[in-house]
Amino acid sequence: MTETLLLEARGVGKSFPGVRALQDMHIELRRGEVLALVGENGAGKSTLMKLLSGIYTPDEGEFFLDGEPLRVSGPRDALEQGISIIHQEFNLMPDLTVAQNLFIGREPRAGRFFLGERALEERATELLERLHLPLKPRQRVGDLTVAKQQMVEIAKALSYEPRILIMDEPTAALNDAEVKVLHDLIRRFRGPDTGVIYISHRMDELKAISDRITVIRDGRYIDTLDTATTSMSEVISRMVGREIASGVGPEGVREDRPVVLSVRGLTTKELLKDVSFDLREGEILGFAGLMGAGRTEVARAIVGADPVESGTVELRGEPVRITSPADAARHRIGYLSEDRKNLGLLLEQDVNANIGLSSIRERFQKWGFVLDRPMKARSRELVDSLRIRTPSVDQTAKFLSGGNQQKVVIAKWLVKDCDILIFDEPTRGIDVGAKEEIYRLLNELAAQGKSIIMISSELPEVLRMSHRVVVMSEGRVTGQLEAAEATQESVMHLATLRPETEAVR
Amino acid sequence: MTTPTATEEEQRGDAPAGVRQALRAGLQQFLAFASLLVIFVFFSILSPNFFNYGNITNILFSTVVIGTLALGTTFVIITGGIDLSIGTGMALCAVISGVLIVNAGVPLPLGVLGVLLFGALIGLVNGFNVAVLGLPPFIATLAMMLVAQGLALVLSNSTPIYFDQTPSYIDISIGSIIPGTNFPNAVIILAVAAVIAGVLLNKTVLGRYTYSIGSNEDATALSGIDVRRWKIVIYTLAGVFTGLAGIMISARLGSAQPATGMGYELQAIAAVVIGGTSLSGGKGSIVGTVIGALIISVLNNGLQIMSIPQEWQNVILGCVILLAVYADRARKSTTA
Repeated sequence: MTETLLLEARGVGKSFPGVRALQDMHIELRRGEVLALVGENGAGKSTLMKLLSGIYTPDEGEFFLDGEPLRVSGPRDALEQGISIIHQEFNLMPDLTVAQNLFIGREPRAGRFFLGERALEERATELLERLHLPLKPRQRVGDLTVAKQQMVEIAKALSYEPRILIMDEPTAALNDAEVKVLHDLIRRFRGPDTGVIYISHRMDELKAISDRITVIRDGRYIDTLDTATTSMSEVISRMVGREIASGVGPEGVREDRPVVLSVRGLTTKELLKDVSFDLREGEILGFAGLMGAGRTEVARAIVGADPVESGTVELRGEPVRITSPADAARHRIGYLSEDRKNLGLLLEQDVNANIGLSSIRERFQKWGFVLDRPMKARSRELVDSLRIRTPSVDQTAKFLSGGNQQKVVIAKWLVKDCDILIFDEPTRGIDVGAKEEIYRLLNELAAQGKSIIMISSELPEVLRMSHRVVVMSEGRVTGQLEAAEATQESVMHLATLRPETEAVR
Repeated sequence: MTTPTATEEEQRGDAPAGVRQALRAGLQQFLAFASLLVIFVFFSILSPNFFNYGNITNILFSTVVIGTLALGTTFVIITGGIDLSIGTGMALCAVISGVLIVNAGVPLPLGVLGVLLFGALIGLVNGFNVAVLGLPPFIATLAMMLVAQGLALVLSNSTPIYFDQTPSYIDISIGSIIPGTNFPNAVIILAVAAVIAGVLLNKTVLGRYTYSIGSNEDATALSGIDVRRWKIVIYTLAGVFTGLAGIMISARLGSAQPATGMGYELQAIAAVVIGGTSLSGGKGSIVGTVIGALIISVLNNGLQIMSIPQEWQNVILGCVILLAVYADRARKSTTA
């Protein structure tokens, strides 16, 4: 028996209604090491984080800290037991200063009632100096760059003097120089009695910072590899290594089909840089990439939901300027959001109202009065043809299952008779049977000559459905693959590319 | 914190839940109506002076102003907005009416049309501020509330304008087109306005979009609907009702009172809320609003007849609002 592990997960499992998010999970964090944790979107990393921070409790299995069983009752308790977690989304108050953010919830007092501003500042200065961070205690956090905000998060996490530091995609918003600073920080933190769990997708970084790499997939433990003796393609193949659901991808769409939508140099203030691609008639164009790669942003920019800084859009060769989704709808472009509940459906309204929403003005009205009978008739037709399971078209949308809700959103755009449909995560949160129906529907639509952009985080889905695949990373297109060249490995390789980045913003 | 994964929230109720919900929604309408009846019966028993033709007419008559304002603001509230400018906006419209009809001698029909258009203008500005400039409705209409009050005083030199020379104007409200009765026209106008509002809300594209915007503004916009434009239309419509209320109140009083108006907006909002329209938008009905307005005036009237001091009447009205909204919330939490 060697020395005890710093942190261990043994057979940990967690289920949610209808899904097993984690099963039989193993993690072994040794003393003084940086353990990388990798897996595709939805592999179970965030669930694991939430278990460790006490937001969820495991259904089965146990965690051990120093060989002792570890139970965490909440984020506060996790901190007290020496586990600091830096989440992907920052938990900072933009209007407070750096010092105030660092010591939020444990501000030094002066006397009984007053805050000890001076003590606060002194402690913040001391902390920042100890960590060699180029931050000033009095700066307003909202004025800092993302990279510096990240540093504040890290300083806050380290100020609790944790033994285990867990970082969830800490470099998603950083450029190369900033990543270096972060890695130096990690190296300084690493000591004989501490350890780091580092979650990332970026292969080059894993090589630079980690000692070992644990791969998880579909909520299960796959393997743990020594970084020094492992090639990154081995890691990738373990990450994606499952069979594609059924058969191979479709044939490419014939080159002579006319280009329907042509996007050139699309750039937005926040994220997108010079995004260009063509969409042909009858084509399903897959958009692959990791979380935050900018796929949804491309869709939103095309339909005018978000402002565009530069770039052109052509529809069948005609340049168009689309500044609102209403414009897009006039040009027969429909966008089906990934966020079905918040951006797709009127949950409190009935199925009929939802299906008719986009087309009521051009199809179901006379002199401003709604023609209820034809609208309901059309809704019923679509409920039948899409096999939407609902007692009637008068059913309130929120009572339908996720798959049927998604079909209602699709029905809405079918009534509108759009030429271009952008599906953002069309099968998210939908059970397997309903997924198959959605796939069948997409294929039918493409066969009818509709042009489809399908954004998906599920690689097998992208490969199975797409005639061509556009891969994005950090707001840029890093590659376009024909169906024949698109494999899990080739897409994942492009998706984890760090595009050339300029200096700090 | 990270967002919850989509898979967790997929489990939903099935068909019976939907049917139950529909039943409960009907029940709520019924409950509002039932509580109106209960209050009505309650006062009839307690006071011999309550249930007679004269007093009932009185109650209906006193519902007109609040009711008219409440009709327009129902649309705004269903979109998830709020309109605080309707009270002083009404006073300003009354003053405009006086300026046009009394001071400038504009013929009556034209004058009335002018006032309705002016009301629409107030609403249009509100709509522009909310939909185009993106100001929160509370702030935009709060500002308009002050502007309208100030303008009413400026345009009238802070003195009431009397309609003594135009008795036909006063007849708009207190005259009676039903021969041989003294049933006031104002009540008939309110009824017609309510029917028009009901048709607009339930039968037209405008009405559908009103509910859609209130249910989920982002989803409505992404469905290709020009939400900005429709919001402007809806606020403008509310403005027309404000103009109508301005005519009704000045005709009833025989004068345009520039310093009044403040407080009417809250009574109107109270009527809408008691009628089951949700301040968070997406839900509501004209029938509910009419019942809500009636509940308020029945309460006021009954308490007055029972010689309960004005101060206590407000306390009771406040409690009724709390009760109504609480009942609505309780109903929602059982169906959610």
